[in-house]
Amino acid sequence: MSIEEVQNEIIDEFSMFEDWEERYQYMIDLGKDLPLIDDQYKTERNIIKGCQSKVWVHAEMDDNKIEFTADSDAIITKGIIAILIRTFSNQHPKDIIAANTDFIDKIGLKEHLSPTRANGLVSMVKQLKMYAIAYQTQLN
Amino acid sequence: MFNVQDIRKDFPILYRKVNGKPLVYFDNAATSQTPQQVIDIIVDYYSNYNANIHRGVHTLSQEATDLYEQARHKIQAHFNAKFSHEIIFTSGTTHSINLVANGFSSLLKKNDDIIVSALEHHSNIVPWQMLCERTKANLKVIPMNEDGELIMSEFDKLLSKNTKLVFVNHISNALGTINPIEYIIKKAHQVGAAVLIDGAQSAPHINPDVQALDVDFYVTSAHKICGPTGVGMLYGKEEWLNKLPPYQGGGEMIAEVTFEKTTYADLPHKFEAGTPNICGGIAFGAAIDYMNSVGFNNIATYENELLEYGTKKLLEIEGLKIYGTSKHKTSVISFNLEGIHPYDVGTILDKLGIAVRTGHHCAQPIMDFYKIPGTIRASFAFYNTKAEIDTLVEGVKKAKMMLS
Repeated sequence: MSIEEVQNEIIDEFSMFEDWEERYQYMIDLGKDLPLIDDQYKTERNIIKGCQSKVWVHAEMDDNKIEFTADSDAIITKGIIAILIRTFSNQHPKDIIAANTDFIDKIGLKEHLSPTRANGLVSMVKQLKMYAIAYQTQLN
Repeated sequence: MFNVQDIRKDFPILYRKVNGKPLVYFDNAATSQTPQQVIDIIVDYYSNYNANIHRGVHTLSQEATDLYEQARHKIQAHFNAKFSHEIIFTSGTTHSINLVANGFSSLLKKNDDIIVSALEHHSNIVPWQMLCERTKANLKVIPMNEDGELIMSEFDKLLSKNTKLVFVNHISNALGTINPIEYIIKKAHQVGAAVLIDGAQSAPHINPDVQALDVDFYVTSAHKICGPTGVGMLYGKEEWLNKLPPYQGGGEMIAEVTFEKTTYADLPHKFEAGTPNICGGIAFGAAIDYMNSVGFNNIATYENELLEYGTKKLLEIEGLKIYGTSKHKTSVISFNLEGIHPYDVGTILDKLGIAVRTGHHCAQPIMDFYKIPGTIRASFAFYNTKAEIDTLVEGVKKAKMMLS
């Protein structure tokens, strides 16, 4: 599935929810299910510091596709990470570089990607793209 | 007679909705709301008096100058300063602290000591660290105990003839602890050190008398006491303000300028370079009038009631822990739910229209002490109600249910 297809699938899933509570409950459950980052990668080097919550990200490339694993100390942040990783993981670096995160707006979670939120997510998206750029350079 | 429902009518913002719910505003320690009386003064200023002050001969300028200087007198009277020129208008507490820190850089030498407390806001730590780097003076810290109180016996041990400045907040922003500043000032003076008290958190709850306290510097911000943002004050004893060099160069702060030499203006203008926040200063004065019309005794009594009620109700929630349990504290409750990140709770509360602060409250050393990433902080003002506290308690229960 392309990044856009995955994003559309997520938009469809979220459209079933009637109110914020259902949306958040789903996100919290996603957060709980997020495959944890291997402890060896939960290092100071992989940490993205937000003012409020911390985020760890690790990337590996296999068969020209990047796989991301991540974690956060806050569960709602973790839920959003789960959504972002679902769209960006197992994709080709050049597709990740070209992708955007406008779909977050469409599923009613825009405020979490606001720079003022200080939860580390904005920096996390930047970091995912940085990994993609780095791996793309290797491929060239 | 204090009637909270009447008081609430003064604050238009309390009637707005957030995420479809009536706003419950419990982030008063970060900034207080503005009553109509102060909003009116701001509108009136820009509608009728807007002009630059202190140098125009025209009527508008003179009227604006009069209003600005009247505000200074109101502030002087409120804090009981001896002279109005001991009140310096600044852009806020942080600016005031930096002004003093900068001034002390010419007074300190190697191996002098500055003492700060473990309960400080970052804005109170960083300027002193910078000052110590510049002057090679030492920064020493008064430690705290599990209740969030400063340990006075440790403070006594830190004092010596090398102590030049002691800097403590009157009330901790993260925990609400009221620090024993009377004791700290007396002890510091015995070794000849100056004392700077950060009143950002105390000015909304307590009406301090700077002469009775015998404090050397006292700083606060207008927006913590129902005034606008971007304006605050530095009180300094005349002798100290004369000793400190000017902070910024510019217009207003000079007496005479030639290319060879500039002589500085007298107090307070020596520290007020450039066009000040004129409207802000006038509104600061109006905010003090407003607070006094409500009455600080009424405010303290009522807020204490809210604190007791909120503490009792929140503690009924299983797994909830309150940080900062001193008997001497203001209406601030910093808490966490066991095993749940404060950011998550704050996010759910926001969805319910409840404004609290989450995070480390710019006081990371305190969070490190308790080994937690942060807390949820509900801070009450005199316009809050017990019904709003009930809404908070229900919100916290809901957050707990959703997140565990």
